[in-house]
Formats: sequence, C-alpha cells, structure tokens
Amino acid sequence: MQAFEYASPTTLKEALSLLGERWGEVDVLAGGTDLLSLMKDYVHTPKRVVNIKGIAELGGIRRTPAGLRIGATVTLDELLASPVVRTEYPSLWTAADGVRSPQIRNMGTVGGDLCQRPRCWYFRLGYGLLAQKDGTSLVVNGENKYHAIFGGGPAYFVSASSLGPALVALGAKVRLASASGARELSVEEFFVIPKSDAEREIALRPNEILTEILVPPATGVRNATYEVRHKEALDWPLATASVTLRMKGATVESARVVMGHVAPIPWVAREAERLLAGKTITEEVAEQAGKAAVAGARPLSQNGYKVRLAQVAVKRALLAAARGKA
Amino acid sequence: MTHAITVTINGKPYAHQVEPRLLLIHYLRDVVGLTGPHIGCETSICGACTVMVDGKAVKACTMFAVQADGRQILTIEGLATDGRYDPVQEAFWNEHALQCGFCTPGMILAAKQLLERNPNPTEEEIRHGLEGNLCRCTGYQHIVNAVRAAAARMGG
Repeated sequence: MQAFEYASPTTLKEALSLLGERWGEVDVLAGGTDLLSLMKDYVHTPKRVVNIKGIAELGGIRRTPAGLRIGATVTLDELLASPVVRTEYPSLWTAADGVRSPQIRNMGTVGGDLCQRPRCWYFRLGYGLLAQKDGTSLVVNGENKYHAIFGGGPAYFVSASSLGPALVALGAKVRLASASGARELSVEEFFVIPKSDAEREIALRPNEILTEILVPPATGVRNATYEVRHKEALDWPLATASVTLRMKGATVESARVVMGHVAPIPWVAREAERLLAGKTITEEVAEQAGKAAVAGARPLSQNGYKVRLAQVAVKRALLAAARGKA
Repeated sequence: MTHAITVTINGKPYAHQVEPRLLLIHYLRDVVGLTGPHIGCETSICGACTVMVDGKAVKACTMFAVQADGRQILTIEGLATDGRYDPVQEAFWNEHALQCGFCTPGMILAAKQLLERNPNPTEEEIRHGLEGNLCRCTGYQHIVNAVRAAAARMGG
C-alpha cells in the first residue's frame, strides 16, 4: 500500500478543511471496509486519509418530525440494532442484514455503504469505471456474469450499495457538507451513471462529506426488500428489489419499486410502479409487476439469468410488503 | 510520518509509533508479538484475523492500527482467565472443532460475539453468525456443535 498522511479530526469543520479539490488526492475513512481494499489494490492511492469516525455529530440515529435521521458513521450493526428500523423500515433492515458478514457490519457504515466503489472486476483491476481498453468495453466482450442488465452503457458495473435501493424506494435524502455549506439530494439523485472515466458514480464532490441520511416517516406505508443470493455467506446479492407501498386500506395508492445490482444505479422500475397503482397485491399482480419491472432489461452475453432473478425479487418483495413482513 | 497510538490489548496498555498504512493485524503480530490472530486472505474474507475491538468482532486485516488508537483489543491470547479456558475455547477442544487450527482463533472470537448477542442460538443462527469465518478443512459441523455446547455450558 502506498504511504499516506493520516488525520483524525474531531469536528466536521476541521475534516472539511482537510479535503481535496480533485478526486484522488484525499479519501474519507469511516469503517474502511471498502477503502482499505481499494488502497491495497492501488485502485485508490490517496495522499491523505481523513478518518471521520471521531466526529461525534456524524453518529447516532434520531427520530425527528421529518423522519429518521441516520448519521453517516452509524455502523450497519447499529442500524440493525435500532428498534425503529426493525419495525418501521423492514426494507432497510433486510438490506443491512444482507451485508455479509458480522465483522463487516461491525465496521462498515451507512455512509460508506452509499459511497463504496463498484465491485466490477475490471474496475478493481484499474481499468476505470467504464472498463475500456483501447476504446472498447472489456465488459461487453469479456466476463460480464455479474454486470448490468439495465442502463445501456457505456458503464456496465452494478451499484454495490446494499442500502441504496431501499433508501431510494423509501424516498430518503442525503445531506452533503462542504466548507462552503451543505446541500441535500434525494438518494435517487445521489447515484449517477457516469458517461466517462473522469466522472463518479455518485453526486458527491471531492470537497464534500456525506453527513447524514434522512428517511421520511413510514406512516401509512409498507416496505420490504428481497434479495436473491448465490450463497448466504460473504458475497453481495445477485439481484435485489426494495419496494415501498403507500396504502389506502388494501389498495396500493402509489408504489416505489427499485431493483439493486442490476444497473450502475439503484434501478427504478417505473412500469411496475404504474401497474401497481390502484391495485390490491395478489400473487398474480405481484407476478405482473415483476414482469413489467424487467421488460426493458438488455442483458449482456453472460448475465441473462439476472433478468429472471430481478423479476422474482420484485414479486417476492411485493408479497412480503403486502404481508407486512420484510 | 508516524503517529503515536495507545491501545489496551488483552488488558495491558501499549504505546507505539506507527505508520498510518500499518494494518492492525501486522501491528498485533509484528509489533506487539501476538501471533494468535492469523493472516489468511488479507482481503477481509476469511476471518482468520478476527479480533475484538471495543467488544466487537472485526477483521484486523481491514483496519489500520491508527484506527485502534485509544481502544480496547481482545485477541485469542486474552480469552483465558487465570489459566482457565473460556467456555468457547473449551467447547472447541471437547467437540474437536478444529482440524488444522488455522481458522480457530478467529472462529472462536466470532463465536464468542455470537453467544454474547444470542445466548441460545439455533443451528441456523450459529451458521449466520459465523458467516465471516472460513474453515478450509470444512469442519463446520463440529464448529456448530462446539458453539451449541458452549451455549449449553454457559447456561443459554
């Protein structure tokens, strides 16, 4: 690993003053579960690392009139221990539990989950977000078993965030602070599909720190996440779906359906959302919504199987939400 | 540039100057001389390097020593008290829960956390709680048996 300068500030103001103007100069460290692997592989070679775990104001889960405020350095383990998250936001709870293993949940943070870099093996080997060599995509012509089935390129990695799809479906926002102030973005806007290797997959700027996540109150909504996995231990899921249903009695007033691990961003299934409005969730309706969700999928040479997995994930997440269970 | 850190390891205070890039596992093994935590994959997968930091099981290969500044660390060497094995250690011995023994220090600490949080786990809960630890000898059934035995012994 390349040597770096280390800082462990105790105030947000001090931390912000230590950030860089360009990506690559400074990395922010919270749990470190992703950053350390990036640095070991020389994908990230920061000159300075700023540890934000010592900043008290970035921790803690708090209920506010605007909903649940989750500090960026709250660990996934702390999130799982929150009774509010377990009972009112089962979709978020299930997604956090899907981060394997216990040791990673003890270290990994909510902010870090949203800011982690893609797992695409070409990216991790140093070929950049678009994974191109001599102007052609290594993904399209290479090993793409775990890559995107939505988005249409030129980026084909899948967003690695476990909490992203659940937070998008819940209508959550992130707060991003810089030395000159703070801004709020919806989690949906936070994830972006890069068009070049100079861009990032999230809207965070190099001089900003993600400080908190705001999840609207869960009153009147049902939510659930369903994950399809190759194995229970360690790995990321193959495809997931998170749904939030605003109910009027037994009828869906409006729905949010978001799939994970199928695109460079949490992928909103608008066709499925439209189909669900005004319906009662039955096995048949859930099946139709699953089909609608993947109707626009464009798989690559090796990942056609993910279309079916995403379809099933949507169906099962809807049925789980309708049952009132995650 | 090095940083001064102070840590309490197995109840004993230590103070060292360390480079920021020094991993906690290398600090424990090469600087402090505690070779109980093992280096298996060094990529946060195998769990052989598992230690407790402030009572939480973490992978010492995926943490910088500077992150441990001011914190309490427990390694496998600190688990026995007054020469008596911890019930989890004893159960691993009695139930033959190790073959080559490489994964054992990490496996025992992960099991210890699991039982602290859930004193009477089902087999499924044991397997879920030990997901972060790989046994290349694939002796998982005996490990599960040992965790059950430890739970019974501890009165869970």
